[in-house]
Amino acid sequence: MPSAWKIVMVMTVVAILSGGILAGVYRVAQPLVERQAEKELKEAIFSVLPQATSYDEMKKGDLIIYQGLDDQGNLEGIAFVASGSGYQGKVRVMVGMNQELTYLQGMKVLESVETPGLGGKITSQWFQDQFKGLAAKPKIEYVKGRKIEKPNEIQAITGATISTRAIVEMINQKATRVKETLGVVTK
Amino acid sequence: MKTLNQYILFKDLMKGLWKENPVFRLLLGMCPTLAVTTAAINGLSMGLAVTFVLFFSSTFVSLIRRVVPIQVRIATFVVVIATFVTMVDLFLKGFFPPISKTLGPYVPLIVVNCIILARQEAFASKSPLHRAIADALGMGIGFTLALIVLASVREILGMGSIFGIRLLGDWFRPWVIMILPAGAFLTLGIAIGLMNLLTSKITSKSEHRKENSFKS
Repeated sequence: MPSAWKIVMVMTVVAILSGGILAGVYRVAQPLVERQAEKELKEAIFSVLPQATSYDEMKKGDLIIYQGLDDQGNLEGIAFVASGSGYQGKVRVMVGMNQELTYLQGMKVLESVETPGLGGKITSQWFQDQFKGLAAKPKIEYVKGRKIEKPNEIQAITGATISTRAIVEMINQKATRVKETLGVVTK
Repeated sequence: MKTLNQYILFKDLMKGLWKENPVFRLLLGMCPTLAVTTAAINGLSMGLAVTFVLFFSSTFVSLIRRVVPIQVRIATFVVVIATFVTMVDLFLKGFFPPISKTLGPYVPLIVVNCIILARQEAFASKSPLHRAIADALGMGIGFTLALIVLASVREILGMGSIFGIRLLGDWFRPWVIMILPAGAFLTLGIAIGLMNLLTSKITSKSEHRKENSFKS
């Protein structure tokens, strides 16, 4: 039976070593992780606001809105992140809209754990492209089993209505909040 | 003497590949096995991450095996394992973000992967450095190969591709079930069954041979 002192010493040394090594690795990796997150955010904003070449971040309370600007600094549209529960877990999407918030310029899924092959298709080009130029008033709707008839409708993914509905709802909700915060009056 | 040592080392290395394959024989680490084998690339990266953690944990545990009091050995192993897992997690996040995203929580969960703790307790903490390393590499490679096999089968049948490259033409309708959790159980069950069949054939054959050689 080793003395309690030895037990404590060994554990302390191991823990200090571990902490020290991790602190070192963290210092190297953390800036990379942050840069990566920033890069992803930037790419997402530019992909949902195709005409923008730079952007400004605007904070209103806990709401973050990205204003897309063109070369001359004119406002091209606004982008924001919407999130909600999908079929299997959290889904986050970046949404780009025109300034008046009447239609969408694009949508990109940032994060999702939906079922591969079914709900996972929300990340497909086909699904995301449906949101380009989609009318957002009174709100976005999805259809299934029939053709799209109105400019505010998208085709639901076969076998993944829940994922489709989740995205449509999270965009509608967040868009309403953004409208209220920015004081845009929808006619 | 030297050849005997080499033979032991070789055996330590090879047992992880077949006889004590962590996935097919020991049935350890089933959680990541079932969860991440939806695509071959995920299986490969998970396997490599586990191999890395196994290699360094076994090395370290073998080095400090005489110093660590037996009462706190498990606590010490867990600290060592957690250190290397956190390193892998940060490394993947920083350098391979897409892989880190698909593997999600399963990278930090390597900490509780029973293969790793089992190898520390059963082998590395009782063995000299070179044998611990051989064992860790064998187990790591065995785990990686098993994951690649399972993930390839599931990706080919479930998506018609392998490592993201299209393998089967448009005529192929993917069996979506293969990339769902049910497909993981089906593939694993069939693979284990096949391996048992093969092993029993091999052993009965070698026993047969032994009997014959005794007669002659």
